Amino acid sequence: MYIYDQYDNQMLQDRITQFRDQTRRFLAGDLTNEQFLPLRLQNGLYMQRLAHMLRVAIPYGLLSSRQLRKLASIARDYDKGYAHFSTRQNIQYNWPQLEQVPDLLAELAQVEMHAIQTSGNCIRNTTTDQFAGVAPDEIEDSRPWCEIIRQWSTFHPEFAYLPRKFKIAVCGTVHDQAATQVHDIGLYLKKNDQGEVGFQVLVGGGLGRTPVIGAEICDFLPWQHLLTYLDAIMRVYNRYGRRDNKYKARIKILMKEIGPEEYRRRVEAEWQHDKDGPGTLTQEEVDRCKAFFTDPAYETLPDTDAAIEAEAGKDVMFSHWLERNVAAHKKPGYRIVTLCLKETGVAPGDVTDRQMDFIADLADRFSFGEVRVTHEQNVVLADVRLKDLYEMYRACMTESLATPYLGLINDIVCCPGGDYCSLANAKSIPIAEAIQRRFEDYDTQKAIGDLTLNISGCMNACGHHHVGNIGILGVDKKGEEFYQVTLGGSADRNAALGSVLGPSFAQEAMPDVIAKIVDVYMEHRQEGENFLATYNRIGIEPYKERVYANAD
Amino acid sequence: MPTLIKNGQVAANDWQLVDMDAGLDKVEGTDTVSNVIVPLAMWLAEKDTLTGCDKTIGVWLDSEDDPYSLADDVASLPLIALKFPSFRDGRAYSSAAILRTRLNFKGELRAVGDVLRDQLYYMQKCGFDSFELSDGVKTEDALSAFSDFHTGYQSTVTEPTPLFRRR
Repeated sequence: MYIYDQYDNQMLQDRITQFRDQTRRFLAGDLTNEQFLPLRLQNGLYMQRLAHMLRVAIPYGLLSSRQLRKLASIARDYDKGYAHFSTRQNIQYNWPQLEQVPDLLAELAQVEMHAIQTSGNCIRNTTTDQFAGVAPDEIEDSRPWCEIIRQWSTFHPEFAYLPRKFKIAVCGTVHDQAATQVHDIGLYLKKNDQGEVGFQVLVGGGLGRTPVIGAEICDFLPWQHLLTYLDAIMRVYNRYGRRDNKYKARIKILMKEIGPEEYRRRVEAEWQHDKDGPGTLTQEEVDRCKAFFTDPAYETLPDTDAAIEAEAGKDVMFSHWLERNVAAHKKPGYRIVTLCLKETGVAPGDVTDRQMDFIADLADRFSFGEVRVTHEQNVVLADVRLKDLYEMYRACMTESLATPYLGLINDIVCCPGGDYCSLANAKSIPIAEAIQRRFEDYDTQKAIGDLTLNISGCMNACGHHHVGNIGILGVDKKGEEFYQVTLGGSADRNAALGSVLGPSFAQEAMPDVIAKIVDVYMEHRQEGENFLATYNRIGIEPYKERVYANAD
Repeated sequence: MPTLIKNGQVAANDWQLVDMDAGLDKVEGTDTVSNVIVPLAMWLAEKDTLTGCDKTIGVWLDSEDDPYSLADDVASLPLIALKFPSFRDGRAYSSAAILRTRLNFKGELRAVGDVLRDQLYYMQKCGFDSFELSDGVKTEDALSAFSDFHTGYQSTVTEPTPLFRRR
């Protein structure tokens, strides 16, 4: 993974000094609340219901075991012994004290980590596919490009006070696990007929109040021009994005107002000035960044293992785990393992300090000391030897990390909701738990098969509810918490936004509502169909009829 | 009188800025000052009169004003001011970069409006070289802002060569 040099380290130290001084001036009364607000947000610090929340960046979801141990020790020393993986591949602490945050940031810097631009109206953490560099279907490793974008977007002087937050995703695999099309900028790595690398550029995607799938403004951008082209997109947005209404300030609204053609025209006009200028990427820089993401010391191994097959024959839950949580790897004899952080009764994405230390140990033992965080709030060990899988599985069981339901209904994506977040209209964690309890029987989950269920506690859509096969949105109805259901969302290359089923439901009704929806699917599904395929074939009506049957 | 910082030092402010709703008489009637910053709309409407009067004229742009409106004037204008209606409105950063890199403006580029200490570093990187501080900003705090960072990653107005070509 990327290793900081003296420049990166200096900038990080400068940032800590800066924020320490800003915090001091705020506490001394020299900065008003309003003046301090964007400064603390651009350091990931929120005022929540009960305390501050600090969001720490995990650039493109990649962590070393050393970094993860630091995150664990911070959870112990500055928080209540746990943290939360967010849907932007970041990690959040819910209980730090404002006065201690500069010290906390200094601790993070010891392992080349920070909270820079994890909130605020600026360019946020760039995200990517969690299988980057190891997926068998990879077109081009996205990680070096993410690092190049990370550096370009960090402390960009022109784009720190945008109309609204700005999110970029990069995808280099055929199967898109990065929800690329619902980002302000989505970049698909591709190769032209000559084998040269470039990007398909989508602009104006996003979730939130007005969900939109991004529109293509460039079919193939040669890699040399990546940063100057991004500058041009950002400048058009910074100049023309709406600032009169927070809810209409995202780039998607500007895109809707002027259309992709006009947006492309403005970007091209802007870009002509900087194209081939000093911001043009060099082969040297790309090579420098790529050198941090070379293959680890893989062994030459067979791609089958009789002992593992024998264990799977004896231990049925292990065989389920192999089927659900273990994915093919580009290298024979290796597998990609996803640990599902969705144990029933625990908030989705929450990890304890002990679990973090444990995962760090697992990474050192089984996966070259690296860990990846997914936007589905799970954790990936990307380079596990096939022959080690059973040993690793048994170890995971001791820390409640061996649940074999990745991609099943109980692998719920869920924001912190009204239990923590001051923006939320409704709680989301108890809904997740009630649904998980309803579907606790593993055979039932498995019979239902692939299904994404995403829950957001408000319109801001941190739980990505629009792109869940089943989406749940918390709404406020005259002071009471209600839940709206959408069906048919998808975040992959065929991205789709869910359709609203109908009037919203009370909290206690939700498990039954979801059960009825699942029943309709099970009754209608044909051979080989998953939930989404059945839904796309039969449409929303049968679900409506069932769920609202006795509503009159 | 607000504190003015110019090229990293406190400087005397010898310009007077006139408001959007002020008339030409306001410019000509300012006997005590010889340098006046007029709003873009006035400049575009009264360019001949303004260049003919006995004042030295600069122009200020609001955050939604198009800096390309001054494409024909940048060579002759000694000062352009960009207004931050709120420090959270970031349009002037782009306007500044356009004036410096696209229109090649060489004169004084002044930040006016809601100009606070913690934005000065970025403003300077985008090409501002003078800053009219908002009330309440401590001068010593502001003077320290220009060294918040040793360097940055990007190609900027003051450092067009990005770090990846320098490291």
